[in-house]
Amino acid sequence: MTAPLSSPGTAGSHPPTPARRAGGRQGGGFRLIIVLLPLLFLSVFFAAPFLVVAAISLGDPMLARPPYTPLFGPDGFQGDLENYAFLLTDSLYLSAYLNAVKIAAVATLLALLIGYPMAYVIATSPEPRRAVLLMLVVLPFWTSFLLRVYALIGLMNTNGLINSVLSTLGVIDAPLVMRQTVFAVYVGTVYTYLPFMILPLYAALVRRDESLAEAAADLGAGAWTVFFTVTLPLSLPGVVAGSMLVFIPVIGEYVIPALLGGPDSLMIGQVLWNAFFSARDWPLAASVAVVMLGVVVLPLLFLRRVVEAR
Amino acid sequence: MTDPGAKAADPNLPLGAGDVGETRPFVRLDRVVKRFGGFVAVNGVTLDIARGELFCLLGGSGCGKSTLLRMLAGFEHPDSGRIEIDGQTMAGVPAYARPTNMMFQSYALFPHMSVARNVGYGLVREGVARAEIGQRVEEMLRLVRLETFGDRRPHQLSGGQRQRVALARALIKRPKLLLLDEPLGALDAKLREETQFELRALQARRGVTFIVVTHDQVEAMTLASRIGVMEAGEIRQIGAPRAVYEQPQSRFVAGFLGSVNLFEGTVDVAAPDLMRIRTPGGGFVVPPASGLSARQPVALAVRPEKMRIAAGAAQADNALQAVVEERAYLGDRTMFKLRLNDGTVLKVLSAAAEAGVLAVEPEAAVDGGGAAADGGGLTA
Repeated sequence: MTAPLSSPGTAGSHPPTPARRAGGRQGGGFRLIIVLLPLLFLSVFFAAPFLVVAAISLGDPMLARPPYTPLFGPDGFQGDLENYAFLLTDSLYLSAYLNAVKIAAVATLLALLIGYPMAYVIATSPEPRRAVLLMLVVLPFWTSFLLRVYALIGLMNTNGLINSVLSTLGVIDAPLVMRQTVFAVYVGTVYTYLPFMILPLYAALVRRDESLAEAAADLGAGAWTVFFTVTLPLSLPGVVAGSMLVFIPVIGEYVIPALLGGPDSLMIGQVLWNAFFSARDWPLAASVAVVMLGVVVLPLLFLRRVVEAR
Repeated sequence: MTDPGAKAADPNLPLGAGDVGETRPFVRLDRVVKRFGGFVAVNGVTLDIARGELFCLLGGSGCGKSTLLRMLAGFEHPDSGRIEIDGQTMAGVPAYARPTNMMFQSYALFPHMSVARNVGYGLVREGVARAEIGQRVEEMLRLVRLETFGDRRPHQLSGGQRQRVALARALIKRPKLLLLDEPLGALDAKLREETQFELRALQARRGVTFIVVTHDQVEAMTLASRIGVMEAGEIRQIGAPRAVYEQPQSRFVAGFLGSVNLFEGTVDVAAPDLMRIRTPGGGFVVPPASGLSARQPVALAVRPEKMRIAAGAAQADNALQAVVEERAYLGDRTMFKLRLNDGTVLKVLSAAAEAGVLAVEPEAAVDGGGAAADGGGLTA
């Protein structure tokens, strides 16, 4: 636990580069503070808790307070990888992980397909209208996330708004089952995370150079060819950023599948919650959390490599 | 070279058509109008350009020259009037289907593609076979002397190299008409000069018709076979660089191309072989200009380098009494600022080699003379 805390010290002992020294002692000190503060914050509130969680994951549950065996007992180190082995053998965890990755991937794709045209229209709108449209994208954040998910329940319930309107119109005889399905989870995640897709896409598209599209048209490209050969490739950083901002939180999503989903949409976040609060198996829950971090970090590293390769 | 004044006088003849060898112009603009909201960017431009010409649209920012170019490329569409290229009307023809290619002011190179892919982009769109694309790209890169740069990205190139990539990309489809928007604007002075002559040589070799938009009169002079001077959405004068410079038809054109001394006066005698103009500073005898008659108010434009300075006082035509106010030594030339008796300030440019001129000190009284053949009467 002391390792991350000591890293600011080592960073501070680095001799300033000549260029920085030329900028003045004051500038260098300021620069150091700017780097150190977030580093300190992340060390205290991310690295340290993560190491605690990792340590717990190596222990066993115990009827005590806290409810796990300490890492070092009377006979010295007593941690093991038993919990991780268990995760691999029990199909519940494996399928919950896979389900989370699948739902996150599909939700990201859907958000991209819906968000890209929206971001494009906003970015190409004239100025006064553009501000209004951007405002509308951010508007849902003005109400609580939970409240919005509950509103979705009200819409998709068996006797909810959609079903009652459809049956009144005579479109359906029996109410549609929408709640407690994977469909509802997709509706919930895409709806909730769409702004996180749109905003980075908008930022990438609004910076686009219109003369590049004109140059492509001038050289014989029709509208779609211009889009696929110029506009889309140049907006890829926005696509990657938006996809990460949707994919990563959706993988660990708990509230949406718990409130809108059913048995076939069990995600790893719910499994984690159950292990922690229902089974009170803290070590197992901790190992689930550690593996989840790996599941999130791996695609992140992959995407970074893709972006860097360009 | 025909006298542009004579053409302007004939309303039935399109401006500049007299210089065209072919019967049918290659590019024809007929009363083209373009508005942006309430702003009239191009106001009824009629213009014919012959095949193989290097035509320069010259004017200040906002004069409509770029809008005109963009209408030829198909990025903007005229509100009224006709545009024809090679006998084909361009109405309803989208940019990608026009026989034109454009070199953008910003070069507009695709930053995510290598130089070779940038240059080959137009051929890929045409569906040319891959082997042929490679061959033609290589040939194009050799032409602009960038054959070893094919794998680089645009951001790894200097400004001059980017400019050449943009040129190669615009030329590779062998367009009938090449449109260049401020092609030399982003280059430093030395590179500009080099590139100007390269462009001219290239144009002559390929026989492509060039239309160049620029705000730089030196660039227009060096590049163009003909210049169209634009102001406020209209073409003020069309002609060869020499004609536009030496026989400007309006105060605007006279002032826009180089510096000029203007003398306000009235026409005294308008004879077929000469014209006498009376100004407060003195009398001038100049070649006749059409459309001017006796007692008409007129402005006479004389270029600073067409005037000579001599010490002493002489009463003669085309001679003015003046006092030297300032002298600026420019190396190969010397610039004098002279004040006339009525307070008008003149600029006179003398070749440094001219005998006795350097000895003239400020506050000396001198004669400033405009050579008879070089003055021009202006009504506008």
